[in-house]
Amino acid sequence: MLIPCPYCGPRDLAEYTYQGDATRARPDPATAGQAAWNAYVYERANPAGPHREHWQHAGGCRAHLVVTRDTVSHAVLAVAPARAGEPS
Amino acid sequence: MVERDSPLGPLRRPGRHGHSRGAPGVRLAEVTPAAICEAAAWPGAEAALAEAIGATTGLGLDATPGAGARSAEAAAFGIGPGRFLVTGRHDGLVAALAAAVPADTGTVTDLSHGRTVMRIAGPRAEWVLGKLFAIDFAAHAFAVGAGRATAHHDIAAQIQRSAGDAFDVCVFRSFARAFWAGLCAAAEEVGYEVL
Ligand SMILES: [Zn+2]
Repeated sequence: MLIPCPYCGPRDLAEYTYQGDATRARPDPATAGQAAWNAYVYERANPAGPHREHWQHAGGCRAHLVVTRDTVSHAVLAVAPARAGEPS
Repeated sequence: MVERDSPLGPLRRPGRHGHSRGAPGVRLAEVTPAAICEAAAWPGAEAALAEAIGATTGLGLDATPGAGARSAEAAAFGIGPGRFLVTGRHDGLVAALAAAVPADTGTVTDLSHGRTVMRIAGPRAEWVLGKLFAIDFAAHAFAVGAGRATAHHDIAAQIQRSAGDAFDVCVFRSFARAFWAGLCAAAEEVGYEVL
């Protein structure tokens, strides 16, 4: 599997580190109860199809990325820097 | 300044090795410069940092991915968004660059004693490096002066094409001997000369 890094270009999967589901929204610590934290930490949708994920190009430019990947075909549909406004 | 010992130790064996017929396919040398640092820009200050590196080193540098430049005195190339590896022949370069980069532009980290640079030169340099790294070393994909950040298994490497047939590979000093051993093994089939 190749992931096209916005900075480095297409690179082998071995250069990347998976960093988890990118669709989660961190609850507001001021108002969230235990149920909200439980859902945030443990509950995953596990979709068959396109999925947004955090990856780090650890063996390259070290940028954190949001990768949209089809979990059925492993096709990489989109890659963007995780930090909004970060130049690619 | 404190003198550095080569981390290659007894594994650096000058002379001809491996396949012995004809000219050596590659020449291998340790070329660790006196000054090595990483300059990193805060978001939005990438162009200002590239400009400061240019003003300090005399290199024409921009903030496009992997861009780089070299002179007889210094070298610099992009290794990540807003991050550059900058090296120089004289150890005053790090202090000069740190003074040229204001705190609201970015940071300069001295790595002079933490990195080792090895040069792979010769007609088979692209071939030998292509066995170690999963990136394209062909001239049309990797211009002279340009840089790449990649890895050989768990050994992070920052590579600049230093000439048409030469590459400078920068690794963590503590991995240098292991990487050198692998490099020599990869070069055996084409014949190599250690300078
Ligand atoms: Zn990258």
